[in-house]
Amino acid sequence: MQTLDLQAVGLRELNQKLQSQKDSVEHQRWQVVNAKGSHAIAVGLDAPIEVTVEGSTGYYCGGMNQKATVTINGYAGPGVAENMMSGSVIVEGDASQYAGATGNGGTLVIKGNASSRCGISMKGINIVVHGNVGHMSAFMAQSGNLVVCGDAGEALGDSIYEARLFVRGSVQSLGADCIEKEMKEEHLQLLKQLLEQAQSDAKPEEFKRYGSARKLYNFNIDNAY
Amino acid sequence: MCGIVGLYLKDKALEASLGHMLTDMLVTMTDRGPDSAGIAIYGEDNGRAKLTVQSDNAAVSFEHLADKLSSALGSTISLDRIDTHAVLSMEKDSLASARETLKTIAPEVRVMSRGETLEIYKEVGLPKDVAARFNVPQMQGSHGIGHTRMATESAVTTMGAHPFNTGKDLCLVHNGSLSNHNSLRRKLARYGVSTETQNDTEVAAAYLTWRMQEGDQLGEALERSLEDLDGFYTFVVGTKDGFGVLRDPIACKPAVMAETDQYVAFGSEYRAMVNLPNIENARVWEPEPATVYFWNH
Repeated sequence: MQTLDLQAVGLRELNQKLQSQKDSVEHQRWQVVNAKGSHAIAVGLDAPIEVTVEGSTGYYCGGMNQKATVTINGYAGPGVAENMMSGSVIVEGDASQYAGATGNGGTLVIKGNASSRCGISMKGINIVVHGNVGHMSAFMAQSGNLVVCGDAGEALGDSIYEARLFVRGSVQSLGADCIEKEMKEEHLQLLKQLLEQAQSDAKPEEFKRYGSARKLYNFNIDNAY
Repeated sequence: MCGIVGLYLKDKALEASLGHMLTDMLVTMTDRGPDSAGIAIYGEDNGRAKLTVQSDNAAVSFEHLADKLSSALGSTISLDRIDTHAVLSMEKDSLASARETLKTIAPEVRVMSRGETLEIYKEVGLPKDVAARFNVPQMQGSHGIGHTRMATESAVTTMGAHPFNTGKDLCLVHNGSLSNHNSLRRKLARYGVSTETQNDTEVAAAYLTWRMQEGDQLGEALERSLEDLDGFYTFVVGTKDGFGVLRDPIACKPAVMAETDQYVAFGSEYRAMVNLPNIENARVWEPEPATVYFWNH
């Protein structure tokens, strides 16, 4: 395993080193030490490498990730795994606001709680939160799956499009146009797979499914230009 | 932007290094706001009260201030000058009259804080420079809060710097912006609560002062501010015994807490707390929106 000391090498060199694995994978496993809550650690990766960040991170860790597996052994600051395309980001602690925002693909696993706006404008990413999510989670979610093993805060799935939301615990309130939907066999299968992948022992049968009622203005064809 | 830090010590052994730890936390937050910086320190209760005052012309303003105040009030008042600030020490029951008397005998002197243990130091400039000017790293105490400002609503001045004193041994720092501060300022003026600047946070501070004059406890005043203040805010309030945190219901402005057996720490970002002892093993979490938290001795 290659170890990079962020305080010694600096953020730009650290990210360049990890991003350069795109051309040819020099080392499979990387460890980042002395993270000290710094911003933008391990962003823009584009190779099937494994990066473990020791300690808590600041804004945007693992952002724009493709193919790589980034594990954060601590708390993740705002915008973790923002706009992820593929690969996975795993947070061992809690995550701050807008975790997984606008993600197009890949898997974000949060072992603790996520705060507000988790999965805002998600576009295909899978997000599994072992704990709770805060208010306005999955706001304007367009595609992908958000799995919450704990409770969801206010206005879950406000103005949602086609994403699927699964919540095991309570939902404080549903946002505009978000409704509870029937859990079909295909959803149970999907959920089983997502929970296994996220190393959660929750049972798919314990969850409820939520999604779009498709009643808002933009769902009415007469309003199309 | 703006950066807020707070540190409340459970372990008395750390009290000697409160100023040092708080300064380190605040300096780390410098890039969230380089305009002005301030720090509120809660020191030892020595049985007397104190006013922390400021003057842009400190050498002249403070030269005979203690003598003039002492003769006006008929009791001994001592003055300890630190750069543009000075701490006036007096009998506890002289605090209110000293503050009133200052307005007439030294109108150019501004009161930064009043209380029994609280001292507030704030000036325009970077946290590292402001902290050095006032010897903050050498200060001891049980708890303190700090703020570094990126000005959005009003001028970059000493009076626009945080923390704001909201009552005896009470202060407020704010990250965010209030959108109804002008109408609220006019409303408070009708109730006889005056403000000195066009700053939005000063209005929030004045609002809390007014509510507590009306009989609210600090917690009640903060609860009520959720209804009466419109805008974005993460507030940290300092009290004689500890500190409190309140975020608006939308909670866009960041806030993270860390707790160990030795302390409770607050930061706009986790980065602010990375040099605290044993932080690797602290419980780290985010305060919920629209929820009032307090940590007290």
